[in-house]
Amino acid sequence: MTQKTMHTSDFRPLDVEAIRGDFPIFADIPPLAFLDSAASTQTPRPVVEAMDAYYDTYRSNIHRGIYRISEEATDQYEKARQKVAQLINAPRTSQIVFTRNTTESINLIAYSWGSMNIGQGDEIVLTDLEHHSNLVPWQMLAQRTGATLRYLEITDQGLLDFTQLQDILSEKTKLVAITHVSNVLGTINPIQSVIDAAHAAGAKVIVDAAQSVPHFHVDVQQLNCDFLAFSGHKMCGPTGVGVLYGKLDLLEEMPPFLGGGSMIRSVERDISTYADVPAKFEAGTPSIAEAIGLGAAVDYISEAGLASIHVHEQELLKYAHDRLQDIEGITIYGPAPHQKSGVISFDLDGVHPHDIAGILDTYNVAIRAGHHCAQPLMKKLDVIATARASFYLYNTLEDVDRLNEALQKAQALMGRRK
Amino acid sequence: MNIYQEELLDHYENPCNYGTLPNPDISHEEDNPLCGDKIRMDLLIEDDTIKDVRFCGHGCTISLAAASMLTEKIKGKTLTEVKNLSRDDIMDMVGIPLGPVRVKCALLALKVLKAGAYGIKGWPGEEDG
Repeated sequence: MTQKTMHTSDFRPLDVEAIRGDFPIFADIPPLAFLDSAASTQTPRPVVEAMDAYYDTYRSNIHRGIYRISEEATDQYEKARQKVAQLINAPRTSQIVFTRNTTESINLIAYSWGSMNIGQGDEIVLTDLEHHSNLVPWQMLAQRTGATLRYLEITDQGLLDFTQLQDILSEKTKLVAITHVSNVLGTINPIQSVIDAAHAAGAKVIVDAAQSVPHFHVDVQQLNCDFLAFSGHKMCGPTGVGVLYGKLDLLEEMPPFLGGGSMIRSVERDISTYADVPAKFEAGTPSIAEAIGLGAAVDYISEAGLASIHVHEQELLKYAHDRLQDIEGITIYGPAPHQKSGVISFDLDGVHPHDIAGILDTYNVAIRAGHHCAQPLMKKLDVIATARASFYLYNTLEDVDRLNEALQKAQALMGRRK
Repeated sequence: MNIYQEELLDHYENPCNYGTLPNPDISHEEDNPLCGDKIRMDLLIEDDTIKDVRFCGHGCTISLAAASMLTEKIKGKTLTEVKNLSRDDIMDMVGIPLGPVRVKCALLALKVLKAGAYGIKGWPGEEDG
């Protein structure tokens, strides 16, 4: 990661044993080696307890309730919004819109901001590293509007090729949609440079931060990004709640995405006036328990310390690279450990990634295998699928050892063919 | 390690009927979008009987071994007999328990066969859903 975004002052080593004690799923002996946090993380007790407290003691709908438990629910829901705002250093709490997940946040921008600001002949710049969630919504927008997609490519090392940036950006560029961290390769993109260059060209920037906000400190004011999206379930929170951050003037100008209750100021038969942000973008009853759970997750990872989490993942990643690179027939994709987040993508010569994951599962080692919702990147790497191990604050060197041993066994079992 | 028992691995390492036919009466290819596995099946038909069959493609152990086993099973049978092959028949043939994702690997070859020979779309066992 870039040193600029790391708060070294809050660094202290993680107490991984204590952390693991908060996750009942690791109580088995031998424990589950869970190496799929880039897909979805495990949930610590404090997060589940915060949601239980809502259901057990103040379950009710938020906003407009004239009784105490509804006021309590509203208060807790809005406190969660404050916690998220503080986590990413948003200037105002109202700039945090709760959505379902990163995908919904990006679709919201594509429909609302996109339909107002993107037209025939305009260009949207993406990168080779995008997850389908930051690619398909832009394809759909381009098809609706006649805009064109341009791609910033990656080098053989899996890093963005910056020599192309100035050629791709032009007065036609209206938006740059870029992932902060690749979910497949782990590459940490130097998005500060991309944001600055895009702004110089007059374009707006949306950052897919699904793989960055959970793992190191992200500061939206420092980055000066226009929009930023991430998911609760990749940062120890529950599924069903995600976040969209936007600059206030942009959010205020944008039309609503979904219409319905909560997002209005007044409704007549033929016309409505809309609520202020963020309510304008939160039609209908939201995921109340999940937002409260996300607030508790923000507390949890902040208490552990994002700088500490990043250092811990770096240690696991370097160790994994050292151990795995000696396995016969292994190819590790992507850049060196210091240029990426806690993700290691690989394949074994002659062993299909699904077989790798299937065999590892018999050793209670959980990894992901497939295209990781990034088919254009798979094509670029000239592979059909890869196997991917990813780390979070609760993983240990022992998890990596077990991954290594299980891979050696898979290699011994399957590598004998062809 | 029952997930990769010997018979399955044998079919994967030395697949039966691997390749293509020069003038097939039926040739069909499909992929599994979940994992990118792809299988093509060529059939030679005489009087409703499958005289010869070949498959080719790429995929995991389960999908290729199941394809190999399936070609063995259907060779010499009539198209009418083969039409009734079900998801359960394939599960019995593969002989190991599979989770929902990997069931699709095992069923890919049958899906290709049913789409190519009978125009039946969809995953075996889910045609009505």
